[in-house]
Amino acid sequence: MVSRTSRRSVVAIGAGGLALSLALVGCSAGGSDSDSESGSATLSYLVDNQESTVKTAEALAKAFTEKNPDITVDVETRPQGADGDNVIKTRLATGEMSDVFAYNSGSLLEALTPQSTLVDLSGEAWADKLDKNFINSVGGDDGLYGVPMGQAMAGAVLYNKAIYEELGLEIPTTWEEFLSNSEAIKASGKAAPIVQTYGDTWTSQLFVLGDFNNVLAEDPDWAEKYTNNKAKYVDQPATAGFEHLQEAFEDQLFNEDFASATYADGVTMVATGAGAQYPMLTFAASQLMTTNPEAKDAVGAFPLPGPDADTNGLTVWMPGAVYIPKSTEGAKLEAAKKFVEWLVTPESCDIQSETTSPQGPFVVEGCDLPDDVPAIVSDLQPYFDDEKTNLALEFLSPIKGPALEQITVAVGSGITSAAEGAAQYDEDVKKQAQQLGIEGW
Amino acid sequence: MTTATAPASRSRDDVSPPRPALRRRMKSSYPTWFFIPAGVFYVVLFLVPTIASFYFSLTRWTLFEVDFIGFDNFVRFFQEPQLVQGFLNTFIYAFVTSASKVVLGLLLGVFLSSQIIARGFLRATIFFPVLVSTIGVGILFKVLMDPFGGPINEILGAVGIQGPAWLTDPSIALLSVALVDIWKGVGLAALIYIAGMVAIPQEYFEAAKVDGAGAWHNFRHITLPLLRPATVTVVLLSLIGGLRSFDLIWAMTKGGPGFTSDVLASVIFKQYQAGFFGLSTAGNVVLFVVVAAIIFPLSWWLNRKGDEQ
Repeated sequence: MVSRTSRRSVVAIGAGGLALSLALVGCSAGGSDSDSESGSATLSYLVDNQESTVKTAEALAKAFTEKNPDITVDVETRPQGADGDNVIKTRLATGEMSDVFAYNSGSLLEALTPQSTLVDLSGEAWADKLDKNFINSVGGDDGLYGVPMGQAMAGAVLYNKAIYEELGLEIPTTWEEFLSNSEAIKASGKAAPIVQTYGDTWTSQLFVLGDFNNVLAEDPDWAEKYTNNKAKYVDQPATAGFEHLQEAFEDQLFNEDFASATYADGVTMVATGAGAQYPMLTFAASQLMTTNPEAKDAVGAFPLPGPDADTNGLTVWMPGAVYIPKSTEGAKLEAAKKFVEWLVTPESCDIQSETTSPQGPFVVEGCDLPDDVPAIVSDLQPYFDDEKTNLALEFLSPIKGPALEQITVAVGSGITSAAEGAAQYDEDVKKQAQQLGIEGW
Repeated sequence: MTTATAPASRSRDDVSPPRPALRRRMKSSYPTWFFIPAGVFYVVLFLVPTIASFYFSLTRWTLFEVDFIGFDNFVRFFQEPQLVQGFLNTFIYAFVTSASKVVLGLLLGVFLSSQIIARGFLRATIFFPVLVSTIGVGILFKVLMDPFGGPINEILGAVGIQGPAWLTDPSIALLSVALVDIWKGVGLAALIYIAGMVAIPQEYFEAAKVDGAGAWHNFRHITLPLLRPATVTVVLLSLIGGLRSFDLIWAMTKGGPGFTSDVLASVIFKQYQAGFFGLSTAGNVVLFVVVAAIIFPLSWWLNRKGDEQ
């Protein structure tokens, strides 16, 4: 009985899989029927099914076809998250991928083995318009496999500009200056110097994740050593992030309700001046525009400072990208190349920032943000222009320990010391590396 | 599903040779095929996963790959500070909630089985929290216990007491959750005690009265010993509940702040969330062994004592 049931279900799963793959074959077969003979082409463009992504993709497709009437772009959608990863991997492996597709950059792209599945675009004339960090996250030395879609964002300190102005404070470029600014704010009694919001535990990670620019400034090969089990968080320079968190707690620089406040509370505190500084990702700009639009120009951003003013810079998260798979050939490849080339024009960037609210600067030369973006976003631009940026660790290594947020809450609440927290995180990273099956762990 | 299974099983039973020896030994009033549907569910849904989990606890697995690594998961499980902390917390939580439910349940049981006004209403009130969804209770108390503007601390503040940061103070977060668990579960304990109390024959009390016993002696020498079966039930139920408790803790603190209110079940859940499937399976095996190792001897010991009397 048991064996019969399980056999039947195996057959059912097999049949389902077959039906699905047939559907995929049928889908792409229909796509390749376009009449490339007559000089016109139809491109299929695969994006995830998030509402704002689809909206942007369709606006881009429409505008592109208006400029190039002989090329039509059809937007296809796929699920988000792990399901979407599987769709992408399966279709790439079987050579049934859409003509162009959008996907994450960084460690997730590495999992697609771009060298063997994607078209290298590094020889194209527009390639040097792209930010070097972005190039690193879509191939780097091995080639250039994608063009950016959307904007970069940064792990930065959001601050209330009015408080800084009133107390005559300068933007800090070292950790010491940051502390003395915080002490000045504390002494004035106007606001909580540093906002922490452990009601949403993920917000506690910024002291560590946002400090990565300073880690790389000390040791440019840190990420590689970390992936190879050679560099640890218990050692300098990486342990500084944990130490800063402990120091800020011990100096009592946090808001009174740090243990129970939420992310939304934190953004509102900086917007209203109840809090002065809040280490956060700059996608908080959209939260700010939702809850406190009047504070659009009142909240700015600066990098989380490290030991050295000369290397002060932003830790940056790269946008996702649009890729061309190797299965796209002939006239379609020409059309696809035309499409991605158009994607890095200012016209395309404008459509992107009109259809989805910006979270940081574009990584394409010549693409500017609209004038009315929140100050959080516009404050980042100079660092990008001066190339004072480094990628976040997750674009340089596939390993991120899942318990970091609990560990940083414990350090930030004074439950464990920085050294203990860093050691715990190293163990967490080890577990993750072993689970991922990475060599050398 | 059921309609499809039953006829198929019957037709198979018809063609297969009869097994009189088996029938006679079981002496059941039902034919064997009658047990097959339940048996299949039991085997497929309980027995197979239990045995499979013992194997998977010795591997590092994903949905597609299995990598046999021996006892590494168990070694790692006991090496990590937060897991050890979670282990300790589990015992603290189980012991505190279980003991409190016994004491409070007994007192409430005695009180609610005496002749008082509005007894039925009071009994119902005590029992209501048992009926409410645990997650709902957790979310409600998270709001009530908020250190800033939460009603509990507002009320304490009104009478001049500075209330603690119930759920965010690492030293009392676990106990705060335990407190809510006791509030929610004491009704069931009281109910069991009331049932036990009602079952005590009145003759004992009359005999004791003749011998000149007071209220205290009645309680100490009649009620308490004769409530032993009720006590055994309450201890076992609340201890098992405490050891595997998860929902209330997850709804209120998610094991936080940091790892200070993590228990075994929440640690296991977090490992699953993070994708450490082998490690969390090992955790579940540990939980299984721990619960079995505590409950079986305890149950045997408590019941034997009861039989002796």
